[in-house]
Amino acid sequence: MKPVNAVITEVVEETPTIRTFFFETSFDPEPGQFVMAWIRGIDEIPMALSYDNAITVQKVGSATSALFELGNGDSIGIRGPQGKGFDRKSGHILLIAGGVGAAPLAPLAEKSSSEGIQVTTLLGAKTKEELVFRKRFEKAGDVLIATDDGSDGKQGYVTQLIENNEIYSQIYCCGPEIMMKKVFDKVPLSKAQFSLHRYIKCGVGICGACCVDGLRVCLDGPVFPGDVLKNTEFGFYKRNECGERVKV
Amino acid sequence: MLSLKLTGIPLKNPLMLAAGIMGTTGGSLKRIAHAGAGALVTKSIGLEPKSGHSNPSMVEVDCGYLNAMGLPNPSYKNFQHEIDTAKEGGVPVIASIFGGCAFDFSQISGALHADAFELNVSCPHAHGYGAEIGTDPALVEDITCAVKNVVDVPVWVKLTPNVTNIKSIGLAAQRGGADAVVAINTVRAMAIDIESGYPILGNKFGGLSGRAIKPIAVKCIYDLYEALDIPVIGVGGISDWKDAIEFIMAGAQAIEIGSAIGNNINIFKDISSGMEAFFSEKEWTLEEIYGMAHKV
Repeated sequence: MKPVNAVITEVVEETPTIRTFFFETSFDPEPGQFVMAWIRGIDEIPMALSYDNAITVQKVGSATSALFELGNGDSIGIRGPQGKGFDRKSGHILLIAGGVGAAPLAPLAEKSSSEGIQVTTLLGAKTKEELVFRKRFEKAGDVLIATDDGSDGKQGYVTQLIENNEIYSQIYCCGPEIMMKKVFDKVPLSKAQFSLHRYIKCGVGICGACCVDGLRVCLDGPVFPGDVLKNTEFGFYKRNECGERVKV
Repeated sequence: MLSLKLTGIPLKNPLMLAAGIMGTTGGSLKRIAHAGAGALVTKSIGLEPKSGHSNPSMVEVDCGYLNAMGLPNPSYKNFQHEIDTAKEGGVPVIASIFGGCAFDFSQISGALHADAFELNVSCPHAHGYGAEIGTDPALVEDITCAVKNVVDVPVWVKLTPNVTNIKSIGLAAQRGGADAVVAINTVRAMAIDIESGYPILGNKFGGLSGRAIKPIAVKCIYDLYEALDIPVIGVGGISDWKDAIEFIMAGAQAIEIGSAIGNNINIFKDISSGMEAFFSEKEWTLEEIYGMAHKV
């Protein structure tokens, strides 16, 4: 599909470095799906949908900086929703979110809780101010907090909050890959799902730039069952824009 | 039923992965081998690491895909282990390479070990590379000759359709010693976002692939088959077994598949079984339909 014109209706500052951009168009996604967001004249980047009609963005490079210059009434091009989202399970689910990785997990928390599924969230960030969507997760269930500097919750990494794996029917994880790898090594992979981030070029499953071994993050993912990621580059290497292997 | 020898290389079937598709990592190439491809062509590899054009670099249009990737690649110095991993898939691996002059091509091909080389002198949107070289018969001959001098495996030359007479470029490759030509690369094209007036591709223009270019490819293959003594490998818009049969009847000894993989990663197995059923029904062989359109 060609990009559709998505007009920004509201910009919400979630943290000092993270903003949510609401659009007048709803994309009707499954939680975990993403869009390709085209900031015209700059670049096109993959972004998780944090609401049916919004993306939540951390300012990290040229495209996100250009996006941060935009406000109500401005527009960007959007292709999507794309990829495979979270496989939703009933019972008692555990969400593990690091930083802006909370973006695709918040709609999963809300949808699951509205269906009567028990939701527990482990939410981590560098500081109290950088915690994303805390209220949304609290509304959906129990929340445990960890911050690197100890300004809220437990001081340390969110992965240190993981315990009693056996009580959860499914574990969902999104965050920096180093953090996800720690989760990967700590939970039963047969009931875990991970939302991956890779450099995405074509976004339609053809070019292979986003491949983790043979898995296409843009089409087969971005969410993968833990079992599928065993013995792959996940947690060890990613590819830069040239396709060179670089350490995670 | 589908096996053949292509420029001396035994293939279990004539369906190969086209360059630039799932071809940057050894793991992705291996996946396509396991999905039934007869051979794999890698992403085009150059002298230095290159990040390519800014995004959007590929967009679906009404009749196919428009792309301007910009030859992103990790350079030949970081690519041999990807080829070696791809080889674990059990089918021949052909290294697609590009450069700005004959010296670049010979340096890269001399350093890589692959079952064959496909020379990309046909990418329509990379300044100083690809079709900027591949539209000049003298350069094509020179580059082909330079690579032939340094490798002892087959050399295929991939041609651009963005020329007045593709036969003259094919003949130049043949004079340079090419073992086969591959036709066609994408057709120069463009799309504009009418909400803003911006060209959609980061590079503004690019190349069209997919269904729309299939009849263009068929005609190019037909013409090259008539003009050349070396085999023609057909590529451009194949999405089912009927397309594959049509290409072979036009004069392609084997074919490559690209864009159609996005919607169907099992396309190699689907096309293989479709061709086999067709041959059984018609009581024809692969050999018999090769170039059939020229003989009826």
